[in-house]
Amino acid sequence: MRTAPTASKRHLWIALALTIGAAPAKANTIEVTIEKLVFSPASTEAKVGDTIEWVNKDVFAHTATVKGGWEVMIPPKKAASLTLKTAGSVDYFCRFHPNMKGHLTVTSP
Amino acid sequence: MFIRSTTALAALFLLSAAPLAQAADKPTDPQIAHIAYTAGVLDVEAAKQALEKSKNKEVVDFAKAMVRDHEAVNKQALDLVKKLNVTPEDNATSKALTEAAAEERAKLAKLDGTAFDKAYVANEVAYHKQVNGALKTLLIPSAENAELKSLLETGLKLFQGHEQHAEHVAGRLK
Repeated sequence: MRTAPTASKRHLWIALALTIGAAPAKANTIEVTIEKLVFSPASTEAKVGDTIEWVNKDVFAHTATVKGGWEVMIPPKKAASLTLKTAGSVDYFCRFHPNMKGHLTVTSP
Repeated sequence: MFIRSTTALAALFLLSAAPLAQAADKPTDPQIAHIAYTAGVLDVEAAKQALEKSKNKEVVDFAKAMVRDHEAVNKQALDLVKKLNVTPEDNATSKALTEAAAEERAKLAKLDGTAFDKAYVANEVAYHKQVNGALKTLLIPSAENAELKSLLETGLKLFQGHEQHAEHVAGRLK
């Protein structure tokens, strides 16, 4: 008699797991690490609607800046993110340390 | 004959002495730590002078970034020497850097407005270039301790960034 409720609960868990599993397929969060003044990966591919999260492991403030476009401030030992709204291919750099370079390719979903 | 042999002797002496001189010129880890730390302190002092004198937003932002970054990297340096139980040792290079910076500060103190901004930023380009040259050719190759070497390498990347940032600001002041 005890097996019945457990089985239905299990179904519920599977359904829940499927929902959680399916959600990120629509919009992903892609992590870019900053360590010792290097963006890694240096080149990132994403879709419109995805979020890029820069995780700054340095004790220095950085930015992800597109010349004539957007800029994300990334404080020391913190993360900052940007949800991508338009497709395109852009180079970005850190305004405080222009020798730090990254590339982002955004495709339509 | 006498002259020639003296010359030969002198040449021989120079040849054999060269590696010795090089070994003597090679800074030790406590000296390297002192030089790197001093270079940072001097750039923070230069930035503080700019923060007092400049009214240009880009120059002020640059100076603020210099204070922030050099203080942060120097804190890491202090933590490291403490951990390694190394006492930074004053030396001729640190002294020369300090004297040159004092001269530059006195020169800049007499300037105002755009003239100050241009001179400060031009000196920042030159200063970072000089420090980066020393890091690349002398300090990093001479460092014995791996952690010190690694911090200097991060410092080099940081200061190369500052050099480019200063060049960008200099370009905007033209």
